[in-house]
Amino acid sequence: MVNLTINGTTHAVDADPDMPLLWAIRDLLNLTGTKYGCGIAACGACTVHLDGQPVRSCQTPVSEASGKAVTTIEGVGGQVAEAVQAAWIKLDVPQCGYCQSGQIMSAIGLLAENRRPTDADIDAAMSGNLCRCATYQRIRGAVKEAAKTLGA
Amino acid sequence: MIRAPSGPSKGTGPSIVNISRRGFLAGAGAGALVLAVGLPRLTSAQEQKAFGVDAMPNGWRDDPRVFVAIAPDGIVTVTCHRQEMGQGVRTSIAMVVADELEADWSKIRVAQAPADEARFGNQDTDGSRSLRHFYMPMRRAGAAARAMLEQAAADRWGVPVAELRARNHAVVHEASGRSLGYGELAAAASALPVPDRDRVRLKDPKDFRYIGTQNVGLVDNWDITTGKAQYGIDTRLDGMLYAVVARPPVYGGKVVRFDAAETMKVPGVVKVVPIDTPTIPSEFAPVGGVAVVARNTWAAMQGRERLKVEWDDGPNAGYSSDSYRAQLEQAARQPAKVVRAQGDVDEAMGRARRRVEAEYYIPHLAQAPMEPPAAVARIVDGRCEAWACTQAPQVTRTRLAEQVGLPEEKVTVHVTLLGGGFGRKSKPDYVLEAGLLSKAMDGAPVKVTWTREDDLHHGYYHTVSVERLEAGLDDDGRAVAWLHRSAAPTIGSIFAPDPKHELPFELGMGLTNTPFDLPNYRAENPEAPAHVRIGWFRSVSNIPHAFAIQSFVAELAHAAGRDHKDYLLELIGPPRLLDPVEIGDVWNYGESPERYRIDTGRLRRVVETAADGIGWGRQVPRGRGLGLAAHYSFLTYVAVAAEVEVASDGGLSVPRVDIAVDCGPQVNPERIRAQMEGAVMMGLGLVSTAEVTFRNGRAQQDNFDSYELTRIDRAPGEIRVHLLPAADPNMPLGGVGEPGVPPVAPAIVNAAFAATGKRIRSLPVRGQLAV
Ligand code: FES
Ligand code: FES
Repeated sequence: MVNLTINGTTHAVDADPDMPLLWAIRDLLNLTGTKYGCGIAACGACTVHLDGQPVRSCQTPVSEASGKAVTTIEGVGGQVAEAVQAAWIKLDVPQCGYCQSGQIMSAIGLLAENRRPTDADIDAAMSGNLCRCATYQRIRGAVKEAAKTLGA
Repeated sequence: MIRAPSGPSKGTGPSIVNISRRGFLAGAGAGALVLAVGLPRLTSAQEQKAFGVDAMPNGWRDDPRVFVAIAPDGIVTVTCHRQEMGQGVRTSIAMVVADELEADWSKIRVAQAPADEARFGNQDTDGSRSLRHFYMPMRRAGAAARAMLEQAAADRWGVPVAELRARNHAVVHEASGRSLGYGELAAAASALPVPDRDRVRLKDPKDFRYIGTQNVGLVDNWDITTGKAQYGIDTRLDGMLYAVVARPPVYGGKVVRFDAAETMKVPGVVKVVPIDTPTIPSEFAPVGGVAVVARNTWAAMQGRERLKVEWDDGPNAGYSSDSYRAQLEQAARQPAKVVRAQGDVDEAMGRARRRVEAEYYIPHLAQAPMEPPAAVARIVDGRCEAWACTQAPQVTRTRLAEQVGLPEEKVTVHVTLLGGGFGRKSKPDYVLEAGLLSKAMDGAPVKVTWTREDDLHHGYYHTVSVERLEAGLDDDGRAVAWLHRSAAPTIGSIFAPDPKHELPFELGMGLTNTPFDLPNYRAENPEAPAHVRIGWFRSVSNIPHAFAIQSFVAELAHAAGRDHKDYLLELIGPPRLLDPVEIGDVWNYGESPERYRIDTGRLRRVVETAADGIGWGRQVPRGRGLGLAAHYSFLTYVAVAAEVEVASDGGLSVPRVDIAVDCGPQVNPERIRAQMEGAVMMGLGLVSTAEVTFRNGRAQQDNFDSYELTRIDRAPGEIRVHLLPAADPNMPLGGVGEPGVPPVAPAIVNAAFAATGKRIRSLPVRGQLAV
């Protein structure tokens, strides 16, 4: 048994300590907003926050997440998250939407640290998140839009 | 006239939107569901050959009771029978219905139809045709529902229906100032007959309130941005098991023997199930192998890693990309099957002042949708249900029924959102795997998940092509003879044993319908056997054809010392309407050659627009260049102008792209822009990194570390989409999802040439621009 605190609730999870957090979240806790895309930390679809920092849950064993606060897309809240989600909707960022929970988790991570990101900051913070539909132009725009909201 | 299946569809799965409603309006009894279905009556001229949606399996339906439901609180549920994979179809279909219905957008909800073409009409979501084919049926469905609501109000008030008007979710009687909301009228309207489609009054396009006019926002945006959106891979049923499959590393290979002792020791692994290898061509059948069924995905993956399998690689074990490329090149250098000819190419070539030749190579590609193939199936009490991210629900249902040995009416396929499709999910092999594994597990729900490695190793790959072009130029550098040989294995190879040639639909993607004003033109199609599963990839054969032709035009302009844009426009020739069949394309995207002529005026206009957008002819800094390309595909005209920068190490970046599109009447301009933005990025990916190679029959790319997709830091600095307004709002629609892609790669490569003088003829570019 591993104790996992996800979105403020602690669960005793019957998982192999090596099981990636991604599969514990999706299969054992039924939170499917966190996506699988590659399993090798190359796409960012599985991004969650671990003690507030964006991490790739496919490469984070549950043993490492135990005792830390895990936040998934279903559990985000607060000013930054709301600004990001609102900007995503305003600019109609999603196409298929599959990568977007990961994109949003990375964007929240960026804006939590840096309220005035430059284009280069955005590209650096978001380049771990692939989007096959290629919504990048709007992602850049939406991060800036959210930054504007937060700065206002 | 047939009767609709009565009663709610059975077996709603948890957390999946299912349409379990009884018909058009709340309170309508199942017995009231007498539908006018069947194909529209054909005029005698059309009788020999059906076109467009009439030619699709199961055609179309426009019955409002099938597509529109209004609840007493006024909430309108539009059933979308086309699959959402990012193109925005759930929003666009709803916009069309809502507009004709004169509905308030805030009261619109969208339900996803299950697989049932007898009820909904054709559901294959591919070929950029959802709106092309269903714009009019959906308009009629919305307008018929509006007429029924108006009639219900007229009956209530005892006034002639002509005195009433539906306006913003209410029927209004202006003379008396009375008004009734749609919710209040729903029950009465449901009892009325559906008006004859010929008498349904459609809106004048100038009165559209949603179509082509405003951004209504995407219906799934909230769910997507909060993580609630449900994709195929997210399906979850009680007691569900999780499976991954070890598939033969070579297409057509077989399991000789396997040892699962170590697999069974992995905690959570429940069973291993061998899967037979199908005979080739295998169409949509699972490719065989050994499945590991477990209590969670991770355990299944761990179990698979410990599996020891001895494979017989079978007939494709010798397939290697290097030697196959040489084989295609050889084939393209010999005379081959003529697929289009006009004038006398050999004679004109002989007297040409100069000959230019070039060969282009476009590798295999993987669609790699971000959501890999995944599906859930269960079999309970002689009924099979599946939840799947599929582009092709009906064929999925038919094949699944065969796979599990049940009649089709006992099989339900619920369609989830698709986390991207790009053609991969038109092939339901993964759903059939779920079905056969559920059967092997006594009907328990089983989810099959493809890992990214599975997706790249066992795909339905985009074909691989060698395109050879030869032109003869006269004294003024004008092309007087043109020969194009296109050698590429065909998608037909998954359906028929060893077809040697491309099919008309592949040739018609930019080869047999190239609308150039050339006196002497010949296209040939050499033989090209397939050794892997070849499948549709967004834009399909337009990718190699456009890449080769649009690169070659720039090469000819350069050889002739002419401006590329002028040269391209000269080749396109004066504005004129071409009959696609007359110039050599019998397919014409399945559309009537009378309704859909090739309009070179429209092609010229997108070229001018994109060129103006980028500032064609302007001076650019050293290391930069401008490039141009245009392509007609899916009945839509697109041109791309790109500004490219090549660094001293050969690294290529794209500061700006202008893309001009004429797709006829636009339903959702905002989504057309989004599709073009995505197309530009995908086209850039074709240039930069996209390639699947084979050695000994095995795909050499494993994951996104070796099959690289374009990331945000390589995205163009700016993409500007220019939407050309339709000349006539009543002209037929063109496609949107695919036509943006083909001209992108040649525009970028042409720009790279302008920047460096280096001509890229082989994709992807990799180190080719390095000094
Ligand atoms: S699934 Fe974790 S980065 Fe791709
Ligand atoms: S929106 Fe489809 S993968 Fe990003």
